[in-house]
Amino acid sequence: MQNHDVLGRHMTRRLLLGAAGMGGLALLPAPARAEETVDLRAPGGPSTRPITTAYPQKGRMILQRTSPPWLETPFEVFDKGVFTPNDQHYVSWHWANFPSEIDLDKFRLTVRGHVNQTLSLSAKDILHGLPRVELAAVSQCAGNSRIYMQPRVPGAQWANGSMSNALWTGVRLKDVLDRAGVKPGALQVRFGGLDEPVVPDAPKFMKSLGIDHARDGEVMIAFGMNGEQLQLLNGFPLKLIVPGWCAVYWIKMLNDIEVLDQPDTNYWTATGYRVPDKPHDTINPGQSGFKLMPVTRNFPRSFITNIRSGDTVPVGAPAQARGIAFGGDCGVARVDLSIDSGKSWQPTQLGRDEGEYGFRQWQTQFTLPSRGEHTLMIRCTNTNDEAQPDFPVWNPAGYMRNSIESIHVVAA
Amino acid sequence: MMLRTLLPASIILCAILLPLAGHAAQLDELISPKLELPSSDTTFPDGPGGEAMNGNCLACHSADHTLNQPTLPRNVWKEVVDKMINVYKAPIAPQDAATIVDYLARTKGTT
Repeated sequence: MQNHDVLGRHMTRRLLLGAAGMGGLALLPAPARAEETVDLRAPGGPSTRPITTAYPQKGRMILQRTSPPWLETPFEVFDKGVFTPNDQHYVSWHWANFPSEIDLDKFRLTVRGHVNQTLSLSAKDILHGLPRVELAAVSQCAGNSRIYMQPRVPGAQWANGSMSNALWTGVRLKDVLDRAGVKPGALQVRFGGLDEPVVPDAPKFMKSLGIDHARDGEVMIAFGMNGEQLQLLNGFPLKLIVPGWCAVYWIKMLNDIEVLDQPDTNYWTATGYRVPDKPHDTINPGQSGFKLMPVTRNFPRSFITNIRSGDTVPVGAPAQARGIAFGGDCGVARVDLSIDSGKSWQPTQLGRDEGEYGFRQWQTQFTLPSRGEHTLMIRCTNTNDEAQPDFPVWNPAGYMRNSIESIHVVAA
Repeated sequence: MMLRTLLPASIILCAILLPLAGHAAQLDELISPKLELPSSDTTFPDGPGGEAMNGNCLACHSADHTLNQPTLPRNVWKEVVDKMINVYKAPIAPQDAATIVDYLARTKGTT
C-alpha cells in the first residue's frame, strides 16, 4: 500500500512574494508574476512540478513535459464533478511533430485496406453524413500513477491526473467501416493520426484493434467533448474513442483507418505498451521468465477527492468523505470506505450514473473514534465483481496501477 | 399564489434553456484553432556529458522529460538509452551513447 495524494497543498508563490515586496504586481509581466508549483509527493523525488497556464485552450495544468506536451490534470479538479473541464483535460503526445492548425478544407479521414471501397471523408461528412452518438468515457493513460510505483520505473512520471472524463460526441466506427464495406478475412483495424515522428526512421504512432472490437458499435470517432469541438491538444478534429480501454488506443487527430487482413506488425501494436501476462499485470521487481501481453482495458479505480493526507479530521464527530470511481471496462457496482487501514469496510452512496465508462461520484459519512493517526482507504468494485487489489501493482514499464488508495489523517 | 405561478414558469424556462447551453446539437461545424505551443529553452547543466545530452536528447523531447525522471540503476538507464536508439531511432553515436549513460547514472543514479 502506498501513501500519498497529489493535491497542490504546498503551492509556492516565491516570485509573487518577492514581487509584492517590491510593491506592485500589476507592473510585472504575467509569466514573471508567479511561479506556482505542485508537490506530487513522489517517493524519492523529484516531486515538484510547475503549474502552467501557457498552453493554448488549457487552464491550470501540471507541466510534466514541455515538448512533446505531457500536461496533467491537477487532482483537485476531480473533486468538482464527474466531467473534467475541457481546459483541464490531460494531454499526452508521443511525437512533437503535430500540426498547430488544421486546414479543414483539405482534411480527410481515409478508410482503406481490406475494404470494398476506399473512403475519403471530410469533417462535414463525419458531422452530417452519419448517425450521431454520445457516450461518457474516461480517457486514462496506461501510465497513470506511474510515479507511485516502487521501485520507481522510467517513463512519464504521472501522478494520478493522466485521466479525464468527458461526454464524447461523434459517430460509430462501425458505421464508417460498414460504409467502406469490410471484406471477409479482415483481422484488425489500424488507426493513425496527423502526428509524425521527429526522426525520419522512427515508428509512426499507430494502434490497432481487433476487427470485432472495432465493429462493436461502441468504439467511436469523436469530434466533440463536453458539447464543444475537441481541443487541439486532445486531438482536434477527430479522435478515436475506445470506451473502457486505456488511452493509448485513443488516436488523436485521426486521419487514417486501415483494415488489415494480416496481424499489425508496427512497433506500437506488436511490441510497445507491454505488461506481464500475470494477474493485475504484476510481478515482483527483478522477477523474470514471464510472458508479455499488450495493455488493453482499464481496471477499477477510486479516489478520495475532498480529504488529503495530513489533514486533520474532528474526532468523534461525523465527517464527510467523497470522491470519484470508475469501473474500468464496465460500470461501478460499489465503492467502500475503510477508516481502519482496511480491516473493515463501509459502503458509500453512489452519485448519478452518467454512463458505465465514465467517472461516478461517491460519498459517505464516517466518524473517527479516537485521537491520533488513521488510515482511510477507498475501494471500487466494478459490475464484473472485480475489486481493486490491496497489494502494490508493479511492472517494469509502470502500466495500469490500480491498487487501493490510502490516505493518512489525524483525528483531533 | 405568487410562488405558484412563478415556479412552473421557472421550470419551463430551465427546460428550454438547458438543452441549448453548449449541447452537442450545436456542433454543426468545426473551426480549427491556430495555436502556438510553448517551447522550452532549458538545457542540461554544463559539465561532463552535458554537451552530449544537449546535442542528442533535445532533438526529440525537452529537458524536463529527463529531469523529472526518478533515480534509476545504471542498467535501467542503459536500457532507456538503448531504447531511444534502437526503437525510437535517435541518431546517437556509440561514443555519445556511453557518455549519456554515464551522465544519467551520475546525476540520476541509485547508489
